[in-house]
Amino acid sequence: MNSVSGPILGLMVLTGLLTAMPVRGEDAPAACEVPDYLLASESTLGKVENAVKNKQSLDILVVGSRSSTINPNANSSEAPAYPARMQAALKEKLPSVAVNLSVEIQAKKTAEEVAAGLAKLMEGKKPTLVIWQTGTVDAVRSVDPDDFRTAVDDGIAALQEAGADVVLMNPQYSPRTETMISVPPYLDNMRVVAQQHDVPLFDRFAIMRHWAESGEFDLFSAYRGVELAKRVHNCIGVALSQFVIDAAHLGPPQQN
Amino acid sequence: MTSVADRIAGPPLAADADVIAQGKAAAQVAAPAVALPAAGERELRLDLFRGLALWLIFIDHLPPNILTWLTIRNYGFSDATEIFIFISGYTAAFVYGRAMRDAGFVVATARILRRVWQIYVAHVFLFTIFLAEISYVATSFENPLYSEEMGIMDFLKEPDVTIVQALLLRFRPVNMDVLPLYIVLMLFLPIILWLMKRSPDLTLALSVILYAITWQFDLSLSAYPNGVWVFNPFAWQLLFVFGAWCAQGGAQRMSRILASPITLWICIAYLLFAFFVTLTWYMPQLSYLMPRRLEQWMYPISKTDLDVLRFAHFLALAAVTVRFIPKDWPGLKSPWLRPLILCGQHSLEIFCLGVFLAFAGHFLLAELSGGAGLHFVISISGILIMSAAAWLFSWYKHSADKSGTRSKATSGNADMAGGGA
Repeated sequence: MNSVSGPILGLMVLTGLLTAMPVRGEDAPAACEVPDYLLASESTLGKVENAVKNKQSLDILVVGSRSSTINPNANSSEAPAYPARMQAALKEKLPSVAVNLSVEIQAKKTAEEVAAGLAKLMEGKKPTLVIWQTGTVDAVRSVDPDDFRTAVDDGIAALQEAGADVVLMNPQYSPRTETMISVPPYLDNMRVVAQQHDVPLFDRFAIMRHWAESGEFDLFSAYRGVELAKRVHNCIGVALSQFVIDAAHLGPPQQN
Repeated sequence: MTSVADRIAGPPLAADADVIAQGKAAAQVAAPAVALPAAGERELRLDLFRGLALWLIFIDHLPPNILTWLTIRNYGFSDATEIFIFISGYTAAFVYGRAMRDAGFVVATARILRRVWQIYVAHVFLFTIFLAEISYVATSFENPLYSEEMGIMDFLKEPDVTIVQALLLRFRPVNMDVLPLYIVLMLFLPIILWLMKRSPDLTLALSVILYAITWQFDLSLSAYPNGVWVFNPFAWQLLFVFGAWCAQGGAQRMSRILASPITLWICIAYLLFAFFVTLTWYMPQLSYLMPRRLEQWMYPISKTDLDVLRFAHFLALAAVTVRFIPKDWPGLKSPWLRPLILCGQHSLEIFCLGVFLAFAGHFLLAELSGGAGLHFVISISGILIMSAAAWLFSWYKHSADKSGTRSKATSGNADMAGGGA
């Protein structure tokens, strides 16, 4: 092992340093900066593209758990969380389109429980785009990753069946609970399902980790106030709007 | 050139009689130089790589930092867990297999069960530390950003259920999955050894069949509150039994395959392939190079069920390793590798210490909001503490407990010889 991996190790460390450094350098001044590759997706949002290009309205439904909101009380809307921030950013970037948003918070529900209700939810709303944020509850309860994958698979199928574009959003990066919650299996499975359905995956986990590593946010903080959460949600909303615009091929990339 | 098998297998079967004789002599005499006879026969490479696995497991349990880039999971599919389980299977079969030939099935089983008990107690001890940590976080950490993640604390609301489930090995916090797996594997070791005494190949074949059945029918052990064991024992037994099979002369029989240059090139090609695939995980910029069809066929690479790709990756690593690091490699005597070897020789203790240090390190990082510098210091200190502890354990064994060994030598020998975790 040693004799093979020696040079490889060196190479990896070197490339790791080389790639890490410029990113860090760029990042310091502007807030919410996300490297391009974290916002790139091979999958596209055809229905969103059509809706916007035909000057129709863009109806977005966010289905998520509690990390899609800031207030512990799921139904209050005092502090704007990322869905509202995304809506604001989209309105700014797509002035000719009416961007409508509805948010469906299903706190403490696993992907399986949410997926079961998706078809019904779609009947009432008929959105162009569904942003499905999931994985956290499953990770906290350590649901069998295979079952989780099946559930996400079913959920996406139901959403696509109902005629919507889908963006999948994975859990938050939470350094404080890293030793208590095992997130990676859920991240991996979401990536796989997204690929199978050709659905763009908004990698919230990697983006937040990038912010933590670049010093943009101190996510270790035990700070009890709502300020940090607001700032993070703001940045996620902005990044998400950019992600949607890129995946729907609406205009040139604006960041970086 | 000695045969490759010799290098892996340690003393081949033919020489076993000598080993046993020497072992007995050592046990009976319990001479001042207690370590020497055993050490002379010890397969230092096993200790070395088990020690390495322990270090890597420790680093992997800390949040990612610069040293994380040195762990093998970043360069291929398999990681330190595979090394740990394989070597554990190897040494356990070697030591307790000898006990079984020597003292019979009942005595060997009794010794194995005592070892199982030790591992169980160690696991419960770690769980206590975990409880302390999580309770602390629950009371001190209240960031609204993570109110959802804090749901992990819910189990504190019903400690009666949780603690009983933990004692039943059904509730396992993150990073505490290896010991329960090891407990289950060791529980079945008497049967494995008994079968191996009749036919090692048949035992290995049965193990492969069980592995295949597991994949076919999704066998698993359920966990609490839901989900399954993170390391599925029905799948991971394959590595353990394979290790045992190698110890029982299998490695020797594979020597011709291992010595063949074709094997070497296949292994290297596969390792390079795995390396490239892993690279695309860490540099998503490269992922466009991956054929989509290949991705769909390959992912997810299940760690829970020991994916074939992981197993193959471990085999390739092992094959290349035994080829380039012979049994009599002078480096094994080098003082620089001494800490690794010592850690490998006290693997259960060092493993537990590593898990504890990872908790403690994480705690420090969180409390001090430390950056990369502190992170590096914590990682290095952890490794130094593990090495110092390993040195202390061997000092106890060889010096402090010397008078005790005289009476306990015969019964304790199996553990002393590194049979355990």
